[in-house]
Amino acid sequence: MATVEMNGKTFEIDEDGFLLDYNSYCDEWVEYVRTQEGIDELNDEHWKVVKVLQDYYEKNGIAPMVRVLSKLTKFKLKHIYELFPSGPGKGACKMAGLPKPTGCV
Amino acid sequence: MSDEIKPDELLDKIDYSTGGGSWMDTPVQIRPGMYCYASNPKSVETLGLPNARAWNPLDDDWQLPDNWQEIIHQGLKERLDRFRTFKVFMDICVRCGACADKCHFFLGTGDPKNMPVLRAELLRSVYRNDFTTAAKILSKIPGGKKLSGSRPMTLEVLKEWWYYFFQCTECRRCSVFCPYGIDTAEITIMAREIFNLLGLNIDWIATPVSNCYQTGNHLGIQPHAFKDMLDFFVEDIEEITGVNCAPQYQKKGADILFITPSGDVFADPGTYTCQGYLILFKYLKEKYGLDVTWSTYASEGGNFGFFTSHETMKRLNAKMYAEAKRLGVKWILGGECGHMWRVIHQYMDTMNGPADFLEVPKNPITGTVFENAKSTKMVHITEFTADLIKHGKLELDKSRNANRVMTFHDSCNPSRGMGLLDEPRYVIQNCCDNFFDMPENTIREQTFCCGSGAGLNAGENIELRMAGALPRATALKYVHEKFGVNTLGTICAIDRAALTTLCEYWVPDVEVAGVHELVGNALILPGEKEREEDLRFEPLPDSEEE
Repeated sequence: MATVEMNGKTFEIDEDGFLLDYNSYCDEWVEYVRTQEGIDELNDEHWKVVKVLQDYYEKNGIAPMVRVLSKLTKFKLKHIYELFPSGPGKGACKMAGLPKPTGCV
Repeated sequence: MSDEIKPDELLDKIDYSTGGGSWMDTPVQIRPGMYCYASNPKSVETLGLPNARAWNPLDDDWQLPDNWQEIIHQGLKERLDRFRTFKVFMDICVRCGACADKCHFFLGTGDPKNMPVLRAELLRSVYRNDFTTAAKILSKIPGGKKLSGSRPMTLEVLKEWWYYFFQCTECRRCSVFCPYGIDTAEITIMAREIFNLLGLNIDWIATPVSNCYQTGNHLGIQPHAFKDMLDFFVEDIEEITGVNCAPQYQKKGADILFITPSGDVFADPGTYTCQGYLILFKYLKEKYGLDVTWSTYASEGGNFGFFTSHETMKRLNAKMYAEAKRLGVKWILGGECGHMWRVIHQYMDTMNGPADFLEVPKNPITGTVFENAKSTKMVHITEFTADLIKHGKLELDKSRNANRVMTFHDSCNPSRGMGLLDEPRYVIQNCCDNFFDMPENTIREQTFCCGSGAGLNAGENIELRMAGALPRATALKYVHEKFGVNTLGTICAIDRAALTTLCEYWVPDVEVAGVHELVGNALILPGEKEREEDLRFEPLPDSEEE
């Protein structure tokens, strides 16, 4: 299993760089994804997306659909792409520590 | 992603020359972009399938059991005994080559091992070696092996199988052109069964199957989340139409149980199709008192078990009948899905049936008896809606879809697997005035695959998917340029996801929409307010009459 390191912490990740264990989410993980995504500095809007994703995931065991994420954050999809260049899945969900979704998506 | 191959580069890469030399002497090269990640051991374990461990297709060592060759031999033997079709398909191919240029993966890559005949030959060569007398006799003379086209099973051969049988979407276009009617998809199905005896599934299949087995659907949506998602659609519909279209769940004694792929409740643009279903059911309830129920238990129409093994397919499929029985409905209505219909039409009745506790499906509003679903007791929603339209039971305002210039992509399984060809077109044409079919050798029975079916709609194999998408995209581009087609209609959840990527890549000005999204826009709900937006919250086109 592949691992990555950030500021002294080690994380197990899947092939696409998603965190394998949601419970190991921490500031260092966020920092790691931030550098991967090429985001200069995280602002309140980034954090809002991350928190919404985590709240939803903890309640439902799955990431919210894109339309729900838009509604809950009040950000249009385009703006989410501005915040997270890889998009809501590969960018935002990854930063929030959620697993990669699979199926007819 | 920026490191993905660009359309022009992909086109330049296609090389139809065979390169000289025998295919048997050309070693397989497993290339990133062309294969899917290995199955997650947790998912394999959940399903109780063999050899759960983390492995990587790029590694030399695939961590196979010591007796892996024996397992393959035995696995082939059992299947040759059990499936007469498989045995016949192994023996009767004369290698005429009629199928060679019919495969979207061959057309999109030029790789000779993507010719259906050669893909099958990868397996046939081992079959001949292990099971035919002719090959045994010929093997004793010099050059005899080559003459008989046989070869023993080696790790190299297994890797070649794995690479190329996961470059087949089981679409069966090749079999339409085979003079013997060899169903190459069945050969792929057998190969994938063998892989699963060794723990060699891909994760894009294994994890959805595990989710479905544990939670009820591929995406792992739990009951409360499933309801939450539909509630979200209900809110949006109410905002647009002013009508509350809340569905019923697990309603005992309902007339009909409705089952659709979970992609429809989660992934755009399938979510708009899902809203179309909700609007239709509300309309039928108000106008005719039809009682439709959804189920959070039987919450998956699709069946990735079909891409794993017959046994796994059966386990996942069982919940459809089980839930219909528990709820005491009359029959089952199925949503817009692709491979789900091959499973239902060709396997379900004998696999988990007979469902004699259900009634032969009859539309209570029109009196139509769906004779074609007499044994499965399950009707496709476009058949159902087409029947309602035919009998004048739906009030449709086509002008709300006037911004759409439509074409229709026949999904491989509903078209070739059950002959569903005209109903979706009929529904589209009653919801929208602008419809243009793609060229005839790319539609109906001859439809080209989206390039992502049979569990291959992952992210990591995007080069393969876009290569396989090329023939469909080329036909689409033709009607886009000739008739101004701007919307590709479809009746499959994988299509709704895969064709969206296809369009973005090859024909960027075309959008993808499920057929019932158009129905949802056009259908005039009793008591609705004047609509200003369509289901995507886009302004409605101006009505031409005004």
